[in-house]
Amino acid sequence: MPKDTGIGASMKRREDVRFLTGRGVYTDDLALHGQTYAVFVRSTVAHGRIKSIDTSKAAAMPGVLAVFTGEDFKDVGGNPAGWLINSRDGTPMREPKRPVLAHGKVRHVGDAYAAVVAETYAQAKDAAEQLAADSVIEELPAIIDMKAAVADPSNRVHDEIPDNLCFDWGWIEDNRAAVDAAMKAAPHVVTLELVNNRLVPNAMEPRASIGEYNPGTGDYKLTTTSQNPHLTRLLVAAFVLGIPENKLTVVAPDVGGGFGSKIYHYGEEALVLAAAKKLARPVRWTAERSESFLTDAHGRDHVTKIELGCTKDGQILAIRTETLANVGAYLSNFSTATPTFLHGTLMAGPYKVPHVYVNVKTVFTNTAPVDAYRGAGRPEATFSLERVIDKMCRELNLDPFEVRRKNLLTPDQFPYTTPVGLVYDTGNYHATLDKAMQIADVAGFEKRAAESKKRGKLRGMGLSTWIEACGIAPSHLVGVLGSRVGLYDAATVRVNATGNISVMTGAHSHGQGHETVFAQIVAEKLGIPESSVEIVHGDTSKIPFGMGSYGSRSLAVCGTAMAKAVDKIIAKGKKIAAHMLEASEGDITFENGKFQVAGTDKAKTFGEIAFSAYVPHNYPLETLEPGLEETAFYDPANFTYPAGAYICEVEVDPDTGKVDVVAFHCADDFGNVMNPMVVEGQVHGGVGQGIGQALCEFTAYDENGQLLTGSYMDYPMPRAEDVPFYNVDYSCQTPCTHNPLGVKGCGEAGAIGSPPAVVNAVIDALHRGGHTHVTHIDMPVSPSRVWSAING
Amino acid sequence: MHNFDFAKPSTIADAAKALAADGAQALSGGQTLIPTMKQRLAQPTVLVSLTGIKEMQGVCMGDGGLHVGAATPHAVVAKEARAHYPALADLAGGIGDPAVRSRGTIGGSIANNDPAACYPSAVLASGATVVTNKRKIAADDYFQGLFTTALEDGEFVTSVIFPIPQKAAYVKFNQPASRFALTGVFVAKFASGVRVAVTGAGNDGVFRWAEAERALSADFSASALSGLSVDPAGMISDLHGSAAYRANLVKVLTGRAVTAAG
Repeated sequence: MPKDTGIGASMKRREDVRFLTGRGVYTDDLALHGQTYAVFVRSTVAHGRIKSIDTSKAAAMPGVLAVFTGEDFKDVGGNPAGWLINSRDGTPMREPKRPVLAHGKVRHVGDAYAAVVAETYAQAKDAAEQLAADSVIEELPAIIDMKAAVADPSNRVHDEIPDNLCFDWGWIEDNRAAVDAAMKAAPHVVTLELVNNRLVPNAMEPRASIGEYNPGTGDYKLTTTSQNPHLTRLLVAAFVLGIPENKLTVVAPDVGGGFGSKIYHYGEEALVLAAAKKLARPVRWTAERSESFLTDAHGRDHVTKIELGCTKDGQILAIRTETLANVGAYLSNFSTATPTFLHGTLMAGPYKVPHVYVNVKTVFTNTAPVDAYRGAGRPEATFSLERVIDKMCRELNLDPFEVRRKNLLTPDQFPYTTPVGLVYDTGNYHATLDKAMQIADVAGFEKRAAESKKRGKLRGMGLSTWIEACGIAPSHLVGVLGSRVGLYDAATVRVNATGNISVMTGAHSHGQGHETVFAQIVAEKLGIPESSVEIVHGDTSKIPFGMGSYGSRSLAVCGTAMAKAVDKIIAKGKKIAAHMLEASEGDITFENGKFQVAGTDKAKTFGEIAFSAYVPHNYPLETLEPGLEETAFYDPANFTYPAGAYICEVEVDPDTGKVDVVAFHCADDFGNVMNPMVVEGQVHGGVGQGIGQALCEFTAYDENGQLLTGSYMDYPMPRAEDVPFYNVDYSCQTPCTHNPLGVKGCGEAGAIGSPPAVVNAVIDALHRGGHTHVTHIDMPVSPSRVWSAING
Repeated sequence: MHNFDFAKPSTIADAAKALAADGAQALSGGQTLIPTMKQRLAQPTVLVSLTGIKEMQGVCMGDGGLHVGAATPHAVVAKEARAHYPALADLAGGIGDPAVRSRGTIGGSIANNDPAACYPSAVLASGATVVTNKRKIAADDYFQGLFTTALEDGEFVTSVIFPIPQKAAYVKFNQPASRFALTGVFVAKFASGVRVAVTGAGNDGVFRWAEAERALSADFSASALSGLSVDPAGMISDLHGSAAYRANLVKVLTGRAVTAAG
C-alpha cells in the first residue's frame, strides 16, 4: 500500500492551489505606493565604444525623475565571478570588471549602458528611446566565433585581455602525459567533434526587480526574481554597492522558473536599489521578453573534441577532451565553475576508466553571458561521453548495452575514486541499466521497428547511462577547487506555542515543490500532520541563511539542515518531557509524536511539549530554557551522485527529416524518494528540456553579434506535441551514504541524461535506414539538419 | 506602444472614410500589427478596426462559391466552412493556437501577405476572388510578393469568394519555433484542372507550382510527381531550413496533399 502521508507519499503540491488559481504573488504583481519605473537603454551593437551620451533631452522629458549612465557607477564594485580558476600554467583567470551599467564599451547586444526612471512606464520608455538617439556609440568589429576570438589577438572583448581567453584549464594537468600515453597505446581511438548548443533559459516569468529605500532608517529592500536571495544580498550589498548586509533585505517571492538563470546577481538589481535611494521612492523594473532573450545568462555553448581510446571489444582505456567554452561578454557568477568543476569532474561518467584528461579554454565573446543552466556542465560532459561511446559501438560493431555493461562500475567498487577528482559514494549502475531495458522492452524493439517501417518511418533506439554530481556542495572540496563561497545551507525550525511549525529554509522554491515535500519530512519526523507545517523561504529577513536552490541541492543540503534542526527540536523536547514527567532525559523516547518514559505509559504529546515550552510556569530555568526553536547549518561531506539509464525511441521521417520521440524510458537512482509524484514531475520537466535541447532549441548570433533567435518566432521551444508520455522508474535506490535522509537530488537528471539518448536514437534510426554515412548530427537535430545529413 | 486614436466603424463606407485619415491603419485581428506596435516598430496615429462591420463577418454559400467575410476569425472558418469546403476548414483550424484563431482573420492574413502565412495558399490554389471595398481581384493578380498585394491606399479586403473544388487538401510543415508554415502546400482539383499553391517556401511569397499542376491535371496521384523536381533557386533559406530543404518539402508535401485529398 503506498503511503498517503509523510515521507514517500505522493502528496499533491500545496503550492499549486495558489499557482493554479492565479493567487501566486510574483515580483511584478506587487504595487507599491509612490512607485516609479526604470527602463534600460541597451546596446543595439555587439561591440562598441561609447563616445558620448547626452542625457539632457531625456532628463527633461515629462515624468522623468532620474537618468543613470555607466559614469554613475564607475566607482562602485563589479559583479564578481564566484569561482577563481587557474590556468594550466598556474596563472589565475582573467577577470574583467562587470559594471552595473556598461562604461567605456558595450560588449553585447542588450548590454545596458544607461537607465531612465520615470513616473510611468510609458514615460520611461519614451525617455529611454530619446536617450538611445542621443548616444554616440562607435561600432567595433564583433567577436562572435570562439575559434576566431582566440586566433585574433588584435580584436578584444576586453581591451586588457589580449587573446579573449579567460583561462586555459587542464584537469588533471598532472595526469596529462599518462593519458596521452594511454591514448597512444590504445588499440582503437574514436574521435568526435561536437557542439553543445547554446540555450536561452526561457523561464516563464521574466526577471523583475523592485528597489526600496527608507531614508528614515537607511534600510534597503530588494524584491527580485532570485533562486538564492542571500547570495544576491551578499553580491549586491558587499561587492557592488557597499551596503552593509544588515541594512538590506532581499525578498524573492513566488518565482516562475529559473533553470539557473535566476541564480545570479544582475546589474538591474543594483540599479533599482541605487535609484530608490536617490529618489527615496520605490523603483521597479520588469524585463520584456526581448530583454530576457538578450540578457538572461544563457546556457551550454561548448565546442568539443573528444577522443576515446579502447580495446577492440569495447573496454574504455582513456578519454581526452578539448573544449572551447563560451562565457560571453562578462563573467556571470558561476560561469567559470560550470565548464570546469561541474564538467571536467564528470568526464569519467559511471565507468571505470583509468585515464581521463580534460582541457577547457574559456573564451570571451560579444554575446550574452553564459552560465549554469539546468544540469550546468554535467549535460555537456554526459553528451560528449555518451555520444563518443555510441560512436565507438558503431565503429567496432558492438552492442551499446553490452558495452555499457562491460564498463560500468560495479556495486563492490564503491566508494570509487575517479581519475577526475571525485569519490562516488554508492550506486548500482547495472541495476538501473537492467531496469531501463526492462521497462523499455528492448527485446521487442525489432518488432516495433518493422511496424514503423510499414508506415515509411525509420525507428531507432538510443541509450545513455549517466551520472551527475549534485547536492552542491561540500565547502571544503569546492574551496580547494576555487569557490569563493561555502556551499552549506541552513534552516530554522520554529515550533509555535500551539504546536504548529514554521520552517525557515535557505532553499528557494521556484517550481520545485519544497513547500509540500519539506513539510512531509518535518511532519513525519515529528509525528504531526503536514498541515501543521509551513515552509518559509525567499526572505533574508526571515530565514537564517541560505545558498539557494540550484545544482539539485535543495533536498540533499537544505533538507538535511532542516532534518538536523528537527533533530535538535526532538532533543529539546526530550529535555522538556523529562522535566514534565519527572523522569531522566535518557529515559525519554520519542515516537509517533509522543514523548514517553520508556517502559511506562507516562507520556506527553508533541503539542503538550510545545505549549509547555512557551508557558514555562515551573521550569528549572538554570537548566531548561523556554521556547522551542532550533537552527542547524549543514555542510555536506561529499557531493551526491544520482545516476541512471535512459532509453529513447524515435521515428524519423526520411522525406522531411522530422524526428518524433515516440518513447522515453528513465530508470533513475535518486536514493530515497520523499515524494514520488514530485520526483516524476522533476524528471518529466528535465527530460522535456533535454528533448528541447536535442531536437528544437538553438541560439544563433549573426557575424555582427545580432541575436537571430531573439523571440519565439525563431527560438524553438519544445511543446507538448514534441514529447512523449514518459516512462519514469525510480525503484533502483542506493541511498546516499552521507546524508541522513539518504537522498541524492533529481532536479537536473532529466536534462543531463536525455540529450545523448535522443541523438543516439536518431543516429541509430538513420543507420537502420541505410544512411550509414551519418556518424553525428549536432543538436538541435532539427528536420532540416536530419534531411541534410541523409542527403549530404 | 505609442499612443493612437481608435475607431470602430460599423459599415464598409464608414471604414473607408476613417481610413482616409492621415496615418490611419486598418486593424483586423491584430495578430501581426499589435505585436509590431508593442515593439514600437509601427506607430499609426489612428487604428480603424474592421471587426465591427457585420457584412464582413461570417461564412456562407453564394454566387461563385463560399463567401468568407474578411473579418471572420480563423476559428469561425474552421467551424463554418467545414460542411462546404473541408480543406479550407482544416487550414483555418491549423493556424497558430486557439488564441490566435479566435482573433486572427482571413482578411488580415491576406492583406499582410506574410510569406509563411497559411491562407494565401488556399486563396491562390482555389482561384478565389478577393473582394475589396473598391473592386474584385482574382487571386492570381492579388498576391504580388513578400508582404505585397494589389491593395491600394485606402483599399481593404471585405470578403473572399472561394470556388469549391472537387477535391482539395492543405499540408503544412511547421517552422519549429513560430509554427508558421516552413512550407505549406494547398492542392485543389477542379473540373478544369488542378491548382497547386505553395506558401512558406518562395522568396516572393506564395506561388503556384505549374509543373505539378500540369502533371496532376493529367493524373491526380502522388506518383504523378515522381519525375518532377523543384528548383531551389528562388526558395527561402533561413535558420530553419535551406533553399534545398524547402524545395524538397514542396515536392514531399504536394504529394502528401494529393494523397490526403483522396
